[in-house]
Amino acid sequence: MNKTSPTLLAVMVIVVAALAAFPFVGEKFYVQLVSKVMIMAIFAMSLDLLVGFAGLVSLGHAAFFGLAGYVAALMSPQYEAGNFWTTLPAAMAACAAFALITGFLVLRTSGIYFIMVTLAFAQMLFFIFHDTALGGGSDGIYIYVKPEMMLGDIKLLDLENFNVFYWLVLGCLVAVYLLLRQLLRSNFGHALIGIKTNDHRMRALGFPTFRYKLAAYVMSGALAGLAGYLAALQFGFVNPEILSWHTSGNVLMMVILGGMGTLHGAVVGAFSFILLQEVLSNQAFFGSVAKHWQLTMGLFIIAVALFLPKGLAGLFSRRGEK
Amino acid sequence: MDFYSFLIQLLNGLQYGLLLFLVASGLTLVFGIMGIINLAHGSFYMIGAYMAWALAEQTGNFGLAVLLGIVLTVILGILLEAVFYRHLYKRDHLYQVLMTYGLILVFEELRSIIWGDDVHGVAVPALFSASIPLTDNLSYPVYRLAISAVCVLLALGMYLLIQRTRLGMMIRAGASNNEMVQALGINIKLIYTLVFALGVALAATAGMIAAPISSVFPNMGGQVLIICFVVVVIGGIGSVWGALLAALMIGLVDTFGKVLVPDYAGLSVYVLMAVVLLWRPEGLFKRG
Repeated sequence: MNKTSPTLLAVMVIVVAALAAFPFVGEKFYVQLVSKVMIMAIFAMSLDLLVGFAGLVSLGHAAFFGLAGYVAALMSPQYEAGNFWTTLPAAMAACAAFALITGFLVLRTSGIYFIMVTLAFAQMLFFIFHDTALGGGSDGIYIYVKPEMMLGDIKLLDLENFNVFYWLVLGCLVAVYLLLRQLLRSNFGHALIGIKTNDHRMRALGFPTFRYKLAAYVMSGALAGLAGYLAALQFGFVNPEILSWHTSGNVLMMVILGGMGTLHGAVVGAFSFILLQEVLSNQAFFGSVAKHWQLTMGLFIIAVALFLPKGLAGLFSRRGEK
Repeated sequence: MDFYSFLIQLLNGLQYGLLLFLVASGLTLVFGIMGIINLAHGSFYMIGAYMAWALAEQTGNFGLAVLLGIVLTVILGILLEAVFYRHLYKRDHLYQVLMTYGLILVFEELRSIIWGDDVHGVAVPALFSASIPLTDNLSYPVYRLAISAVCVLLALGMYLLIQRTRLGMMIRAGASNNEMVQALGINIKLIYTLVFALGVALAATAGMIAAPISSVFPNMGGQVLIICFVVVVIGGIGSVWGALLAALMIGLVDTFGKVLVPDYAGLSVYVLMAVVLLWRPEGLFKRG
């Protein structure tokens, strides 16, 4: 990844400042919508690490998103606040552990096998939470009270306040972006891109490519877990739907829509995808067609796959330019 | 478990496995020959089942409904290949995943618009509605045996088509070197269209004949698709015989799992997949 250009840097600073100021002007509905978008942006960036940089097309990323949500719900007392400092690390650790175990298996495969096997393992988790009593079956679990962020006796942040929660999500988004950017500029990141281009050659050069890919897989899983944890808190419930392959398909769509292999692309993709979802399902815009927004969305996804392989970014880059 | 209960579960497992094979064989053929991963393959199973239900209501004859359904799904397959799939043969798997995911959304929504979101039962055709008594209170429905028989016949037909006919020879040649086949003056595009339509028709037929025992319901395609992925991963992509063996294994493991460990039966097939991945990551029958 090249150095960020001054223009891009300026745009990013402005976007983050605008996002930080938004709760002062926006209504509750829109603040929560943007908060949801930012959570999905974290989720999309975590997948971009695999798809865009390591060249691993995962169709089971919902597994980590959902698992973290379930850990948050299962660790929260029913009518009292849980502890933020234990539930978040536990949720991310559970995802990292699941990624380590399944990664050891799925990374033995590549290409089309990888796609099918990641989907199958995500479905296995769906099954566990849907068919056993562990996670409340198909109804899921409610999180009535958001976890508390205590420092000694002081409440650091009141997450029940939707503006405060919004800023927490924004902070996480910026932190994840900076973390991944540093990571991808390091030798580790260069090695990943090398593996994407030519795994055999990297191995011949003495890189333990399996371990590199496993490390990326575990990190991606843990970051998807962060997004899943925040989502569970925001929506106040978890159910097997969040583990379904529609979640995995949608996040993959976000990564491609924004242009994969650039972290800010994943953020742009999440914004455009959720905005589109809101517009297509809005009766004010589409009347009775809005009820069948999945149809319009499906056609849109097909069109992107056929005509816009570089995503929205491809619309703006000039022909011949890479 | 006494002998008759065991026999019933064994027959159920084989029948389920054979049905999975019909769906998975199309998936693996289309991948083996055109190199396409088709997430929408499960939708063809769903479309078949809904067609069987709707056409049986219209015509009042299940057999006629199945025949009509097969004709319609072959036409559907030809159209889909020409309009959508053809453009993806040379593209990265990522875009194949994306486009076929979009198609699933379209099919599910169209299903909801045309046929609604309700669960429907389909009557077992009168000819096969009997049951074979095994003991005083155990019996086995003839229709399940009929399903197995149809699946075996179709599998045999596929074997003869691929191994013994001129068309099959072209299909096999196209799978190993399509440029050479084209250079020899064979219309590879036509072969691709035919193979795709065959895959669609096989999946839809499976959905149609399964409708009387499973009933028809939304999202039935998704379930089947994921199990079929497991079948293809275990069997080895592109291998029809690997798919047959893997489908029978999955059918038996799932059926006996439901009897022996009812709470965790859903997991058994994934455990099987994990074991195979550890042992042979390319599947049991690697093509090549």
